[in-house]
Amino acid sequence: MIRHHLNDALLMGYAAGTLPEAFSLVAATHVSLCDDCRARLGAFEVLGGAVLDEGSVAVTAGAEACLTRQVNDISAPARSGILPGPLADYVGGGLEAVKWRPLGSGVRQAILPTSRSASARLLYIPAGVAVPDHGHRGVELTLVLQGAFRDATDRFGPGDVEIADQAMEHVPTAEAGLDCVCLAATDAPLRFKDLVPRLLQPLFRI
Amino acid sequence: MPYAVPQDRAGGDLSNVDQDWPAVMARVRDERDRAAFGTLFGHFAPRVKYFLMRSGASASVAEDCAQDVMATVWTKAVQYDGTRASVATWIFTIARNRRIDVLRRERRPEPEDLDWMGDDDPDQADVYLAAEQARILTRALADLPEKQRALIQRAYYGDLSHSEIAAETGLPLGTIKSRIRLALDRLRAKLSETAK
Repeated sequence: MIRHHLNDALLMGYAAGTLPEAFSLVAATHVSLCDDCRARLGAFEVLGGAVLDEGSVAVTAGAEACLTRQVNDISAPARSGILPGPLADYVGGGLEAVKWRPLGSGVRQAILPTSRSASARLLYIPAGVAVPDHGHRGVELTLVLQGAFRDATDRFGPGDVEIADQAMEHVPTAEAGLDCVCLAATDAPLRFKDLVPRLLQPLFRI
Repeated sequence: MPYAVPQDRAGGDLSNVDQDWPAVMARVRDERDRAAFGTLFGHFAPRVKYFLMRSGASASVAEDCAQDVMATVWTKAVQYDGTRASVATWIFTIARNRRIDVLRRERRPEPEDLDWMGDDDPDQADVYLAAEQARILTRALADLPEKQRALIQRAYYGDLSHSEIAAETGLPLGTIKSRIRLALDRLRAKLSETAK
């Protein structure tokens, strides 16, 4: 049961096609898991169709040229294990295809190839391990793919997306049980409160 | 705005909502009817070009992209499902993706597709409702006060970032949401049918 959804601004931005690529990846992944947001996205796309009616400008070529023109293939991506289609597309397969890099304490990350306006990464956080208190200069989206994490605001389970703005400082901690796998995207570098940030440290306080 | 483009609303010809576009599109899809495609092209190509120019494309880039978009409409017509989206909505999504591809040179991550119910036998009531919803929303947009309408346009032309959309109190999201309620309910109902 998904409890934390994309907000209107993100859905409208995704429908309009104006989000940074990394945020679009989070939106596409969440929509693949969440029928409610799929319906809301559909409504914002209807609004896009209405905006298309706002003006016109004469075209010089005729319709005939379109009949023989080559076009790119549009194909919807397919799921691979716990990775929804759009994510599997960026990873190039399922979880086993992820090229993890260790961050210490058993935590691993893999940066995904997106445009530089925002960055996207997969995070693997062993059960019970916490990410140290960090604030954000920009917006950070965190989508849970497996397991769950908690912070001061709530619990986030599979399919949930946390939208953290710059006002929020939080300590996301992976729940006991299943290791937590998340997709995180941010449009600014994370900043840690510690002078020498140990990126992630176990808290063992669950 | 780097290029001078006409600022007036589409005038003179029929609006998106005054023609039975699902029927025209069905002739394109099912009968490969070139005359029907000509009708679609005559209406939508100038709108796609306008949309792209307002999004920052030069006239020549917008012209070329509009051709791509309409070629996609012709070639991929079989993917059009009138029970899911109006013709204007479908063409908008193609134009949007083309804009990301050409103007921003980025990939567009797409959601997984769903196995929708009734794909083999489109329900005409659904087709009508999808088109009707587009009609309601297009009129609602046209009836908004100028300032509010301009904000919606800016969000879709890419002049507002998502943070600006989130912070923009002048955006008539309440109005829009009350108007899209029907579409939302219909889509939710359809999705829950599909999930069964």
